[in-house]
Amino acid sequence: MLKTFSIGGVHPQENKLSAHQSIIKAAIPPQVAILLSQHIGAPAKPLVAKGDTVKVGMKIAELGGFVSAAIHSSVSGKVLKIDNVIDASGYPKPAIIINVEGDEWEETIDRSDTLVKECKFSSEEIIKKLTDCGIVGMGGACFPTQVKLCPPPAFKAQCVIINGVECEPYLTADHQLMLEHAEEIMVGVSILMKAAKVNKAFIAIENNKPDAIELLKKTASSYPGIEVVPLKMKYPQGGEKQLIDAVTDRQVASGALPISVGVIVQNVGTTFAVYQAIQKNKPLFERVITITGNSLAKPSNLLARIGTPLRQLVDACGGLPDDTGKVISGGPMMGKALINLDVPMTKGSSGLLIMNEEEAKRGEIHPCIRCAKCVDACSMGLEPYLLAQLAAHGEFERMEKERIMDCIECGCCQFTCPSNRPILDYCRLGKNKVGAMIRARKAKK
Amino acid sequence: MNLILIAVISLGAIALISALILFLASKKFAVFEDPRITEVAKVLPQANCGGCGYPGCSGFANACVKAGSLQGKYCTVGGQPVMTKVASILGLEVEEAEPTVAVVRCNGTCEHRPLVSRNDGTRSCAITSLLYGGETGCSYGCLGGGDCVNACQFDAIHMNPVTGLPEVDEDKCTSCGACVKACPRNIIEVRPKGKKSRRVYVSCVNKDRGPIAKKACEVSCIGCGKCVKVCPFGAITLENNLAYIDPNVCKSCRKCVDVCPQHAIVELNFPPHKPKIAVVEEVDSTKTIETPKAVEAVAVSVDSPKENNN
Repeated sequence: MLKTFSIGGVHPQENKLSAHQSIIKAAIPPQVAILLSQHIGAPAKPLVAKGDTVKVGMKIAELGGFVSAAIHSSVSGKVLKIDNVIDASGYPKPAIIINVEGDEWEETIDRSDTLVKECKFSSEEIIKKLTDCGIVGMGGACFPTQVKLCPPPAFKAQCVIINGVECEPYLTADHQLMLEHAEEIMVGVSILMKAAKVNKAFIAIENNKPDAIELLKKTASSYPGIEVVPLKMKYPQGGEKQLIDAVTDRQVASGALPISVGVIVQNVGTTFAVYQAIQKNKPLFERVITITGNSLAKPSNLLARIGTPLRQLVDACGGLPDDTGKVISGGPMMGKALINLDVPMTKGSSGLLIMNEEEAKRGEIHPCIRCAKCVDACSMGLEPYLLAQLAAHGEFERMEKERIMDCIECGCCQFTCPSNRPILDYCRLGKNKVGAMIRARKAKK
Repeated sequence: MNLILIAVISLGAIALISALILFLASKKFAVFEDPRITEVAKVLPQANCGGCGYPGCSGFANACVKAGSLQGKYCTVGGQPVMTKVASILGLEVEEAEPTVAVVRCNGTCEHRPLVSRNDGTRSCAITSLLYGGETGCSYGCLGGGDCVNACQFDAIHMNPVTGLPEVDEDKCTSCGACVKACPRNIIEVRPKGKKSRRVYVSCVNKDRGPIAKKACEVSCIGCGKCVKVCPFGAITLENNLAYIDPNVCKSCRKCVDVCPQHAIVELNFPPHKPKIAVVEEVDSTKTIETPKAVEAVAVSVDSPKENNN
């Protein structure tokens, strides 16, 4: 009997169109826009100015606070300007815009493919190096990795869970990365274990990727303390709290961090980036992104530089189909529709989904029939129908009592609703308002 | 017979004792409430809109009586007549307050502001503004979801289906400020109504730099600062690429309306002027926008300083 998380969840169609497409290096664009805020926390502070020459891997922005991440140039060339560009949020955000000239890398980066197994750094040195290399969680939330690895002194980590679940339909970037870089990921896991000072790590993979499970199991046998855990398919298994529940049977309390049950969760993409940062001295300036869609000519997994306009990646996969209805950054469940394709890629861009007109249509909204399917589906044990109603009526104090801040915005409620009610939209509104309320209250104190 | 008598006497006794207890309790636990609070509450409009800043009309009445002065207290719904009544009940001086009205500071109609994307999600400004900058290139302007319309309890604000923007019905607006709070973009502002309802204001809240703002909307403020220079009263400030006219300083001379290259400054309810053809031609040659509307706007504004030089 395979493990999975205990509350709620749904089974969306997989649609892994780009599965087993080997990772292709995307062409370097003529111009990149590197956003200063690609992570959760304070935006990075730029270190370069207009006219400066940069190399690939050069640090161009430093940490703007404790929870923040450094940013490195993904190309070589001249800084054109620091200006606002529209990002995936649909709002203008400051970014460093660089005109590309050639492809000259920093000499310190080891560009060879040789596997470096031995890690000669101590825990503190690893964490410092990760901070320097701007590593963030690459599952989508982009939480700075060094912060995750330095838990408050009251807590002690017991194990690391590597998230190779990729439960979002369509996305295959992590799957392909595991198939092509199993050894590197194992070294990455060992480094993370060393940094977190634990001797146990689990790599969780859903059983729709049997080849990855088999390969990683085989590879893991020569690395002590690493165990591959196959999981039963269910969305949103990649959610931090759901994954901890599935792998360790421990439940993270409302409002608590995963470290409160002694667990640190990292994505496989992050693990690979950790390997490259520590063993190859390579900062995070490129990542694997899945470009997919039923109407797209060539759904692919591309290794693209951060800051590349998404349009160029779509063009590399056969161009934008004529019947495009919506372009979604991320997967279909948690992703966000984009205004246009000029949006630059960020550290958190795991996928780009092109929906045709038929798929993009929203169903007609009908009244709530109190079937409670959303309650069954909610992976956090909330009552989504109630939360949506409360948000619509502006009862945000009540929403706080109904634990709206626990909502992970996985979208199971809206996915399962037979009346097509926009439950998630209202939950997001409530979460935003309640979050503001809590911050205001804290500021008062 | 005997049974009935016993019942009457015993029940009567219980009633007497209860009455006595109630009487004593009402004396012992009596709470004094100023009778004027009820009187004041009676003359208030009972809209309970919260426009005065107090929780409902009774809250406002309570505050008026307890404060001992009417300074800073104003019933937006009832206006001056109601405040006079309140003052006479309390025997206080009434503060002359200028009537105010809600003003929508966005002129990004469908014509002025082309769509760049389509939102097929929930029609709610609050939700849309969480998701993205909106259907047009302007991430500051009206989203057209009608949250302000839903917030108004006086039926004073409506969406104009042609322009896609909300319009305030001046006669019905009580300037309670509910729409101001409902708008996630802070577009609506409560401003003094002005003499004969004549007002001049910057009908734009876009803080983008000029070229970006101009690209997104034909009538956006581009922060050129021409209005700031021309204003003889120093009523206009320019901050974050956006001009703002302080209604308390503005004398409605409308010089700023003339110079604004984007026609972002709006004049309301001023009488129209006869166009002076010669001047129009001269101005017209320097204009890039040659729509009949632009010519008309220039023509209207040419006369304006003269009339207001009194």
